[in-house]
Amino acid sequence: MRNYFLSRLGYMLVTLLIIVTATFFFMQLLPGTPFNNPEKLTEQQLLSLNEKYGLDKPIALQYFIYLGNLLQFDLGLSFQYEGRTVESIIGSRIGPSALIGLQAVVFGTAAGLLLGMISALKHNSFLDYTSVFIAVLGMSVPSFVFAALMQYYLGVKLQWLPAALWRGWEYTIMPSLALSVMVIATVARFIRTEMLEVLGQDYVVTARAKGLTEKAVIVKHVVRNALIPVVTMLGPLTVGIMTGTLVIEKIFAVPGLGEQFTLSIMVNDYSVIMGITLFYSSLFILVVMIVDILYGVLDPRISLKGEG
Amino acid sequence: MEKILSVENLHVSFYSDGGEIAAVRGVSFDVNKGETLAIVGESGSGKSVTAKTLMKLLPKQNSIIKQGDVKYGGKNLVQLTNRDMEKLRGSEISMVFQDPMTSLNPTMTIGKQVMEGLKRHRTMSKKTAYTRTVELLELVGIPDPGERINQYPHQFSGGMRQRVVIAMALACNPKMLIADEPTTALDVTIQAQILELMKELQKKFQTAIILITHDLGVVANMAQRVAVMYAGEIMESGTLDEIFYQPKHPYTWGLLSSMPKLHADRSLPLTPIPGTPPDLSHLPEGCPFAPRCQYALKVCHQYEPGKTKVSTTHTVSCWLEDERAPKVKKPEGIGGMQRGRQSKIAGS
Repeated sequence: MRNYFLSRLGYMLVTLLIIVTATFFFMQLLPGTPFNNPEKLTEQQLLSLNEKYGLDKPIALQYFIYLGNLLQFDLGLSFQYEGRTVESIIGSRIGPSALIGLQAVVFGTAAGLLLGMISALKHNSFLDYTSVFIAVLGMSVPSFVFAALMQYYLGVKLQWLPAALWRGWEYTIMPSLALSVMVIATVARFIRTEMLEVLGQDYVVTARAKGLTEKAVIVKHVVRNALIPVVTMLGPLTVGIMTGTLVIEKIFAVPGLGEQFTLSIMVNDYSVIMGITLFYSSLFILVVMIVDILYGVLDPRISLKGEG
Repeated sequence: MEKILSVENLHVSFYSDGGEIAAVRGVSFDVNKGETLAIVGESGSGKSVTAKTLMKLLPKQNSIIKQGDVKYGGKNLVQLTNRDMEKLRGSEISMVFQDPMTSLNPTMTIGKQVMEGLKRHRTMSKKTAYTRTVELLELVGIPDPGERINQYPHQFSGGMRQRVVIAMALACNPKMLIADEPTTALDVTIQAQILELMKELQKKFQTAIILITHDLGVVANMAQRVAVMYAGEIMESGTLDEIFYQPKHPYTWGLLSSMPKLHADRSLPLTPIPGTPPDLSHLPEGCPFAPRCQYALKVCHQYEPGKTKVSTTHTVSCWLEDERAPKVKKPEGIGGMQRGRQSKIAGS
């Protein structure tokens, strides 16, 4: 077990290093400078600004300086916001993203499981076809379409919910709902397939042959086994959604991380771009590891030893 | 002898895109207390469907019991509601399946899986159920049951898993056990052990066994009575001796002569039955075996033969048994085998 964690940790660090390196060098391809109104700067001003931020040094050197700072958990200063650290920017923006993301995942998973299970248990019935249709719709129509429709009908026309901004819990409902559509669709489709597969397994017949009630067969044998693969899918999905989605946050003017990310890319705020990318990837890698551990708990056939 | 189960004129069909598949067509048999009835036949002969019908475990979406009765203890199982059937399954009639690798839930300890049935059908405390489960595991020959009870199926070998499945089936002392090819997926030495175990437990608890198999060696070793199935019908049924020593149906002859023999000349190939079983969605007219039967008469291709009683226990469906039919001698080498040799085949 200890060996497993150590080797996993090693792999995580290597992955992160690759991500940092790739992002760092790709970012050099972005046109323009990180400074405001660069066209009004004189040659001299530009040079001195570059010198101040260390951008005059060779790229390779800049890269190693960044890595050095990173080892001390220093993500650097923002270019856009004078004197603010990248950490503080992420810190102030993650809250709203995490809240609407969490709500979307919890609601979406519950609704998706319900929909998918009904679908599997009533296989090839009208209910099944309806829920498959809903799932396909949710997967194929981008969430910003739902967001815009909801905003218009629920927010503007009916005025049931605030159309945008961030002033209290009711402001989180619509963004969460819009985000959850994709979660519902994904989870429903997944659990349906898994349940149908498990329902065809021999051990389900064995369970029935024991005289268990249909309910016991479904709950103890079918759902339990069908949920295992869903867990793997749910981890990365949660990270993706909780760290903010660029479009939804933009539409509902949620002051979240996704919105900040787009903004920073527009203005070439190098250190913030690096910081958020690193934050996303670390979270992602961490969740994947948690999922793996969870997998070992849920499925006794998988044991966590040796190298990952 | 006390009759505990009787099947009368059972018809079961499946529905697929290709139309109706008549998998079981007019099967009748009885099972007596404490005896073993073997149902033998090729793949697709309807033997497993028959077994699953008795437990009513066929998928409801695409299968239907079209006709017939399954009488057990004064009840007709065909008409029983699902709820009443659940009470019977596992407590009165149990089943052992073919593949022990897939018939256990991989994420549940074997102890829990055995206990489930006990808890469902018997009112007992958790502690008693636990002790009883350890006893059961010991009974079916699992070493170290107190330890093994908390392990998962993947920690068991195939033979050990089948022992667990048997323990599960016998948990509530059922009157009848349906074993659907219980040893097909096991290697030969383990087969013999599992068969011995089943025989031993049968003697102990007076359980009636319906043994579904295509292995005549297993039949010779286990059964008192045999029913030979082909294309969803019972072609011939009788006591073990009648089927092995005085078989009447050409299909039974074919089965017996296609069996490898211990003292036969090894350089000669085995004698297969030519052809393949008929497509159950497009059955030929007349006797379903006629197209493959080297003794087939004209009438065989037009009309199904009726049942002829050879003795009080021996019945056969074949036109050759009609008094107008030409006298056909059964091929050589069939029915001459000694019991001892057959058992050896089963155990080898």
